[in-house]
Parts: sequence; C-alpha cells; structure tokens
Amino acid sequence: MTGFLFAQSATDQFTLDVIVRNLLLATRWTIALSAIAFIGGGAVGFLIMLFRISPNKILRYISAAYVEFFQGTPLILQLFLTFFGLSVLFNLNLSPWAAAAIALTTYTSAFLGDIWRGSVQAVPQGQWEAGTALGMTYFKQLKRVILPQAVRMSIPPTVGFAVQVIKGTSLASVIGFVELTRSASAISNVTFKPFLLFSIAAVIYFCLCFPLSVLSKQLEKRFATDG
Amino acid sequence: MTQFDSMGAIATADDSKDAVIVAQDVEKWYSNKFHVLQGVSLTVHRGEVVVVMGPSGSGKSTFIRTFNALEPYQKGSIEIDGIKLTPNMKNVEAVRREVGMVFQQFNLFPHLTVLQNVMLAPVEVRGWKKEQAKQVAGELLERVGILNQANKFPGQLSGGQQQRVAIARALAMQPKVMLFDEPTSALDPEMVSEVLDVMRTLAQSGMTMVCVTHEVGFARQVADRIVFMADGLIVEEGTPQEFFGNPKHDRTKQFLAQILH
Repeated sequence: MTGFLFAQSATDQFTLDVIVRNLLLATRWTIALSAIAFIGGGAVGFLIMLFRISPNKILRYISAAYVEFFQGTPLILQLFLTFFGLSVLFNLNLSPWAAAAIALTTYTSAFLGDIWRGSVQAVPQGQWEAGTALGMTYFKQLKRVILPQAVRMSIPPTVGFAVQVIKGTSLASVIGFVELTRSASAISNVTFKPFLLFSIAAVIYFCLCFPLSVLSKQLEKRFATDG
Repeated sequence: MTQFDSMGAIATADDSKDAVIVAQDVEKWYSNKFHVLQGVSLTVHRGEVVVVMGPSGSGKSTFIRTFNALEPYQKGSIEIDGIKLTPNMKNVEAVRREVGMVFQQFNLFPHLTVLQNVMLAPVEVRGWKKEQAKQVAGELLERVGILNQANKFPGQLSGGQQQRVAIARALAMQPKVMLFDEPTSALDPEMVSEVLDVMRTLAQSGMTMVCVTHEVGFARQVADRIVFMADGLIVEEGTPQEFFGNPKHDRTKQFLAQILH
C-alpha cells in the first residue's frame, strides 16, 4: 500500500463502517445541543410567556421585542452575533460549545414563548372570569385553571418545534461546533465523498426528526378529538 | 328607602342596616368613551331577590359585574357587606369570595370533573381540607340534582346540567350574595326550567340574589323587587305586581309589550 496517494489511503481508512460510526458519534453532540436548547429555551420561554400575558405593559413590550428580534433574524446571524459579539462586548473567550448553547437557547425561548402565549390566549376569557369570580388570585388562576388547558393545546406545536431545533443545531457548525453536519463536512474533506457523507447525515437527521413529527401530528389529532 | 317601604312583607322582613350590596351613583365608561353606566344606585338587603331586566345594551350585566369587580367603574361607590370596592384595592379577592357568580356561558373548568370544579375554590381560596371540600361539594351537587354525574367532565353534560354545576360551584364558597348573569340565555328551551327550579329553591332558602334575566315567570314568582334598566340608568323599580301590572314609564311599557307579546 506504500505507493498509494495519501488521498487514496484516507479513502481506504474511511470505510463505510468507520464513516457511519464517526457520524453517529457526532450525532451525540447534535442531540446534546438540541436537549440543552430545548430545556434552557423552555425555561426562558416560560418566563417570556408569563411576560407576554402579563397585566404589566412594560413587561409585555420588552418580551414582545425579544420575541420579534429572535423570530425576525436568521438563526445563523444569531450564532455569529453570539460567538463574535459576546466575545467583543464582554471580552469573553466563548467556546463554540457555549456560544451555540446560548444562541440556540435564546432562539428556542423566543419561539416556545410565543407558542405558549398563543395557547394561553386561546383559553376562553370566561375561564379567567370564573376563576376571578371565585376569589382566586392571578397566579392561582393561571396554575389551576389556565395552564392545564393551555398545556394540552401547546403540546403538538411544541413537539413540532423540537424538529426545528434539531435541524437548527446544524447551523452551529459555522462557528466551529463539531456536531453531525460539521463532522460530515470534515470527513468529506478527506474522503472526497461529500454526496455520501451528507446523504448519511441527512438520513440521521431524518431518523431524529421524523418520529417527533409523527408524534406531533398524533397528539394534534388526539387533542382535537378529545375536544 | 320609600320604594322599599312600599313593599310590604319585604320591608318588614329586612332591616335597612342589613344591606349586602350598596351601590351609589355608579358610573362607568368603556375605553371607547361609551357611557355604559350613567349613575346607577341599588341597595340589596340580606335575603332579598332582585331581578334586573332591560333591553340588551342597557348596562344591566355590566352593572352586576361591578359588584365583584369583574368590571371596574369610574365614579360612585359600591359596598359589599360593608367593604368598599375601590379601584386598585389590595385585597379584592376577599370581596370576591363572598360574592358568587353564575355566567351565561357556565364557564365550568373543562379539564376538571364536576366534583373537582366544585371543590377547587374552597380548597385553593378558603384553604379547606380536600375531605371537607369533597363533602360540601357532594351535598351541593345533590341539592342541584347532579350528584350522580360528579365524576363526569363538563363536556359530557347538557347545558342545563352544566349550569346547575356552575351554581353549585359558586355556592361552595358559601357566598353572602349570588349574582346571576343571564343564567338561562344560552340554554335550549327545554333546559331552562331545571335551572330556574334550582334558583327558585335557592331563593326560598334565604339566599340574597341579584339576577339579570328575561324570564318573566321567574321574575313574577321569585323576585322581591324588579329593577328595570335602560341606557345605563335605572328607569323604574318595584314589586313584580307593580312592575308587570302597572308600569309607570313609557320605556318600561314599551319593553314589557315586547317581551310579553
């Protein structure tokens, strides 16, 4: 094998078996980043939702502006702004990991906050009035009357949005975070088989997202028939 | 108090100091400047049943919704059982828990069973133990004839049954006064009487009630006093006999001609 070109030897090293194994290892980071974005984004998004429906005008405006900013700019720019911007502004040396986690969390929180605000506002006004008339405080009404109904409505779109988050993590590759897409790109650079690499990556993304899509649709159907 | 003294049995039964609701010159503007209440005064005594009638848009629902501060008002004063309802008051919930309300659209909590609907406020607001709340809820559901449906969800009940549950839910807080905001207007005709029967029994048990309703039969039989509102004002009030038999104002006569056919 000594006479072969480096490229050829690299091609030989990267058998299909090795490629798939490497991509699956990288998928762990895609899943980890998605999970962080979803959990962090869910927590921040809950606060955003509370602010959006607050009787306090200032909180409503601030949270509306927050949602509009993150919904109205491309995620890839948000990643750049976080990675480069935070470093410059606060003199931080953010790792790609931290930058990706922060950017995806804020992005997710804006969308989840808005989905949940919609669900809360879809609960009829009469439900608030009934709780009020019974002498329940605002937060008791929210906890015992409004949220239990809103949660049911919000589950299908929330699960559906998880698909967007998983796909969104692929953009973290542009700031150097090594997840599935970045890994596929790197291996294709040495194997010269971009089509194969990106095809396998696409299949892996699909295997992550498709079950969630199906689940979301099923939940939607179930809640629609439950009434 | 003159109108009140003319009411015979009611005047003797009630003490003028024993007022549950005292509303004086209540005025309210909607945010679009519409003057919905133009100085409305009403005193409701303990044990009294007052029926508020009037054409739609007269402000009658808005008026009774000021009694538990569901609607803010801008001028005048309202006292509920001696407590003044003021804008930005700190403990408005303390007043609200003494005032039960039944809505046109029932507004039961769809995610809770009938029993849980009735138990919720006593547990959450009054701080009762679950056992105690359950027992009281059971008694109330029996009183309104729904005990056998206690574990169903509101969506599984008819409109009339739902409204009876809503009455039980309001009563569970042991309010000093009950407000009814067109409780039978959203019901199919065959379900109206079952709700009115419950309200009639409640009135006989001595509950103080203010009912906005178009049910003439109920008003005639149950009301101690009928208040007629039009264009944000009380035009006329009197006993059912006076009101239906000998209305004084043209506006009242016109209204009665329309609803009595």
